[in-house]
Amino acid sequence: MEQTADQPAAQPWHIEVRDLAMAYGDRVVLSGINFTVKRGEIFIIMGGSGSGKSTLLRHMVGLIEPATGEVLYNGVSFTRADPGEREAMLRRFGILYQGGALWSSMTLAENVGLPLAQFTRLRPDEIREVVSLKLAMVGLKGFEDFYPSELSGGMRKRGGLARAIALDPEVLFFDEPSSGLDPLSARLLDDLILELRASLGATVVVVSHDLASIFAIGDGSLFLDAESGTAIAQGNPRALLEQCEDPRVHRFLTRGQEAASQARNV
Amino acid sequence: MSMQASASKAARNEIRFDYRPDSTLMIELTGSWRLGNELPAPREIERQLESDGRPRCVAFDATNLRTWDTSLVAFVARVVASCAERGIEIDRNGLPEGLKHLLKLAENEPAHAVSESGSGDRRVVYRVGKAAIEFAQSSLGLFNFTGLVVIAFARLLSGRARMRLSDLIVQVQGCSAQALGILSLISFLVGTILAFMGAVQLQQFGAAIYVADLVGIGIARDMGAMMTAIIMAGRTGAAYAAELGSMKVSDEVDALATMGISPVEFLVLPRVLALVMMMPLLCLYADFIGMLGGAAVAAGVLHISFVSYFTRTAAAVTLTTLVGGLFKATVYGVLVAIAGCWRGFEAQAGSSAVGEVTTAAVVDAIIWVVTACGLFAVVFNLLHL
Repeated sequence: MEQTADQPAAQPWHIEVRDLAMAYGDRVVLSGINFTVKRGEIFIIMGGSGSGKSTLLRHMVGLIEPATGEVLYNGVSFTRADPGEREAMLRRFGILYQGGALWSSMTLAENVGLPLAQFTRLRPDEIREVVSLKLAMVGLKGFEDFYPSELSGGMRKRGGLARAIALDPEVLFFDEPSSGLDPLSARLLDDLILELRASLGATVVVVSHDLASIFAIGDGSLFLDAESGTAIAQGNPRALLEQCEDPRVHRFLTRGQEAASQARNV
Repeated sequence: MSMQASASKAARNEIRFDYRPDSTLMIELTGSWRLGNELPAPREIERQLESDGRPRCVAFDATNLRTWDTSLVAFVARVVASCAERGIEIDRNGLPEGLKHLLKLAENEPAHAVSESGSGDRRVVYRVGKAAIEFAQSSLGLFNFTGLVVIAFARLLSGRARMRLSDLIVQVQGCSAQALGILSLISFLVGTILAFMGAVQLQQFGAAIYVADLVGIGIARDMGAMMTAIIMAGRTGAAYAAELGSMKVSDEVDALATMGISPVEFLVLPRVLALVMMMPLLCLYADFIGMLGGAAVAAGVLHISFVSYFTRTAAAVTLTTLVGGLFKATVYGVLVAIAGCWRGFEAQAGSSAVGEVTTAAVVDAIIWVVTACGLFAVVFNLLHL
């Protein structure tokens, strides 16, 4: 485990979200979002469909500008950074989009190699080597010259992950990693996330509503609620399951088991 | 099996109404209820419900029911609704078990109340206002996008843009060599059409040779550039919008942006550059083929030899005219490329979005090109070019 959190000199939080509000035009979707993520933690953003989980993630990586509030990495504001600083910060992020988002006009090797070609001084043959290594890490060794359209959904996701870790990121973002995967592949992806966290020492932010995955990998979490338009619970998912009094959170984390059993008893 | 034989009789659904002494209307459902069969007319049921001995309760008897599907559910739901309107009780005990469950499901409240913003107002004033605001926003988006392209171009000139030469070459190939076939066909035909139009008039004055002037100047000044632009709008502009639109929809554009690679530099720049570089060449080629078309008509219809036709053309078409046409073509290239890329980036989620932005890109490009052509005509006239 990372020890940086114990050092007084180091910034205690890797990621800090302060009073974030998100709006589409005049319509405020979520407001008053405050949370912190420790270095090396796996942090889950959860909530029902349409609660704004993915939107929050897009705010954190600068794809959407917040209406108010800011996001800080290592104590430096990402929201207020100028374009140059922001580009430098982005380079330390790795993001896995829902469908993998591999560039369809390039082969898998070109996809993973593009950030290396753009941001490092590696020679083409060295890039090729690094790409093979990254692909092997996600179990796609030998698929270098395949185009994304020739791969299955799960392979595309893993390809996207290989691209996300190409530059050894400090923060990894996952947008619903288990969506569209069979239970076994989803489980394998969870294991891969845990392994990558351990080996890269990266902080991981996962948007998910897959309970199995949430309990398996989550250290901390944030629960978004669409109706009240804010976060209604925070903490370790397992602790939330045992201690959280809020019926909305409880219903979600127990998959509505209690409501269902009550209905049966009536 | 005797299915066929009995089917003819039992194929139709039937209902029978039966009044019980305790003012209960018993609806007897018989036969097979299939979606292919007609449903009993709603008026008949309503008449029964409103008859003199107005029933207090409606019950069902399904003992002679052979088979049923959604058609029976729909029928019963209609009866239930009619009864609810009139405050008549419903006794569902006589219905098949499965049907009772389906009815219950259909009567469930929606899980989430439908949001009011989604329903929208249908009034004319509201819709006109909404369209006006959307137009203003979209124009603002266009200015913003054009600005980004200009900045990206400046960065390219200063050598800081992230654009791959290989992408540029692929785009150049797509909008030059591969477009020659259709370009040849269209510009040859436009040349012949122009020649025919002129020939009919000029022959009356015995000035048939001036067809060469008409076709040469018409093509070199305006028609060559405009036809090339319209073909490229339908071919390349549409392709740009569709490519970038589907990349946008599948998060590929976002994936570039969050990697610190500007999508405008990486995706838009090579496309705009390719078209801008190729348009003058394509236009020159179209001019030549168009004049060939004119020469073919002159030779075939007016019996003017190729040599005299081209001598006449060379005398009529000045370098200024030709270069003016090529300049116009270059500007049209910018317009077509910007329309395609901008619309592509505008695509929202969903697979229909790509089709929509592609259509919009072609429409925009053609409108812009024709408008620009009109403006050029005025400006060139003022400048005496």
